[in-house]
Amino acid sequence: MAAIETLGLEKTYSVGFWRKRPKRALHPLDLTVEEGEILGFLGPNGAGKTTTLKMLMGLVFPSGGTARILGMELDDPRMKAQIGFLPEQPYFYDYLTGRELLRYYGKLSGMDSATLTRKIDPALERVGLRDAGHLQLRKFSKGMLQRVGIAQAILHDPKVVFLDEPMSGLDPMGRREVRTLIEGLKAEGKTVFFSTHILSDAEALCDRVAIIHQGKLRGVGAVEELTAGVTAQVEIVWAGTSIPASLRALGADCHVAGDTVRAVLGAGHQDVVLETLKSEKLRLISVIPVRTSLEEYFVAQLGTDTSVGVTQVGGQQ
Amino acid sequence: MNSRIYNIAANTFREAVRDRVLYNLIAFALLLTGAAVLVGQISIDIERLVVINLGLTAVSLFGVVIAIFIGIGLVSKEIDKRTLYTVLSRPVRRWEFIAGKFFGLTGTLVVNTLCMAAGVFASLLYVSGHLQGSDRGVVVALYFIVLQFAIITAVALFFSSFSSPLLSAVFTFAFFVIGSFAEDLRGFAHMTHGITQWLATAAAYVVPNFSALNVINQAAHGEAIASQLITYNTAYALVYALAALSAATLIFDSRSLK
Repeated sequence: MAAIETLGLEKTYSVGFWRKRPKRALHPLDLTVEEGEILGFLGPNGAGKTTTLKMLMGLVFPSGGTARILGMELDDPRMKAQIGFLPEQPYFYDYLTGRELLRYYGKLSGMDSATLTRKIDPALERVGLRDAGHLQLRKFSKGMLQRVGIAQAILHDPKVVFLDEPMSGLDPMGRREVRTLIEGLKAEGKTVFFSTHILSDAEALCDRVAIIHQGKLRGVGAVEELTAGVTAQVEIVWAGTSIPASLRALGADCHVAGDTVRAVLGAGHQDVVLETLKSEKLRLISVIPVRTSLEEYFVAQLGTDTSVGVTQVGGQQ
Repeated sequence: MNSRIYNIAANTFREAVRDRVLYNLIAFALLLTGAAVLVGQISIDIERLVVINLGLTAVSLFGVVIAIFIGIGLVSKEIDKRTLYTVLSRPVRRWEFIAGKFFGLTGTLVVNTLCMAAGVFASLLYVSGHLQGSDRGVVVALYFIVLQFAIITAVALFFSSFSSPLLSAVFTFAFFVIGSFAEDLRGFAHMTHGITQWLATAAAYVVPNFSALNVINQAAHGEAIASQLITYNTAYALVYALAALSAATLIFDSRSLK
């Protein structure tokens, strides 16, 4: 059974005061996330990531399509007891202390007092807030709010965890800790669905990524699968300082460093370059395939269009 | 009450206490102490009447202000600050959230009223040296004031389920004012004809009948309050609050949180 499944899930908003115009925030989305998987939901700001998450949480109602989590409908309380959610830039009741907040949310999730007493401190410790549990949230920094937000999302031991920009507001150490925490959730067999626009986080953590832009799904798959489709490049290094004119004609990006030349060009030209070096009697030092990063794939999908991703129905943007 | 409603209500009560809403009791205490001392000096034989009138009117006004200004933010503030997201992503139904908020604020107002009631009786003791049997009317008047708070809280929740806090405050206050003159509005409807009569009658029945819930004058004069009125007013307040909460839930249930 899939942990999360969306079938043609879409959202269109009405905008304008007098003359309402439809604006499509999410085109029909078909996406499946398997149990125990970490899926990164990637896209620039305004791509439709948060809208999708809000629909899955039952906060925004879809204009069309359906979705199921753990095989249950989105408004099923039994399903909601088994999921955790961290909203983007979370804000919590600032008159509560960290411990009171977790107790409140834990009770809303159906946890009993004894279990809460046992679990609250370990949850705070897990997110690095062991010594801050007695402080009111109005005294928390942005990073601490993010951490307590993660704690409330995992406190009740959910099967599926939804995190909207979990690294937002965290310093490098905090980001590293959250990465470790997400890896820990996977090790416990939980499914993690997290949205981000920080590609390195997704590349380091995700089993698969889904890329969304202007409300449309642009690609889904493992990072290696996705990047394999991007034109491969190769780095060729040889001794000397001369660069044959035919190499420049191939569009090679050449740099002379000391007594070696480094050229980066499309992998398809590799044989031609090697023949040229041989005929010019230049000594070859190395040939190394250049690994395509998720960022390059991402840029290739988005092209140069990075405008905010709400499209007007009818194809106009 | 299920545990989710109870927890939301308890949290609403805690918010009011920590946001120092009950500090209004200090102002009330100062007002009543000052009035009791002053009344003892300037009035003859009507000390009890003045203290009861002044005390109960103050209890009512302080509570109405709290009910309106906290009630209008119960839903909209949670949406604006996005605290609602982490509540509704749990096994909490939207009607449970509305019910929890209602009970939380009504509970706060009951505690507030109990503290103020203690102040009113303390002032009565101060000015006349003893309590008397007719003071039972003061207890009934306080009970009716609490029923008014329940209605106002439900109405404020209803308006805040679809409009901005400012408009909600205006609408709820308008309901309170018109409702306080509901009997006069009904009298006016009887004197008119045609569309005016129809509109006045409709308005008189749509707005809550607060004038029926106001027995401060009878209590001050030591008049007995019929037990039938207590039953009718209790039933009326429960039905009206339930209707307003049901309407709030219907609207809130179909609302997407942007």
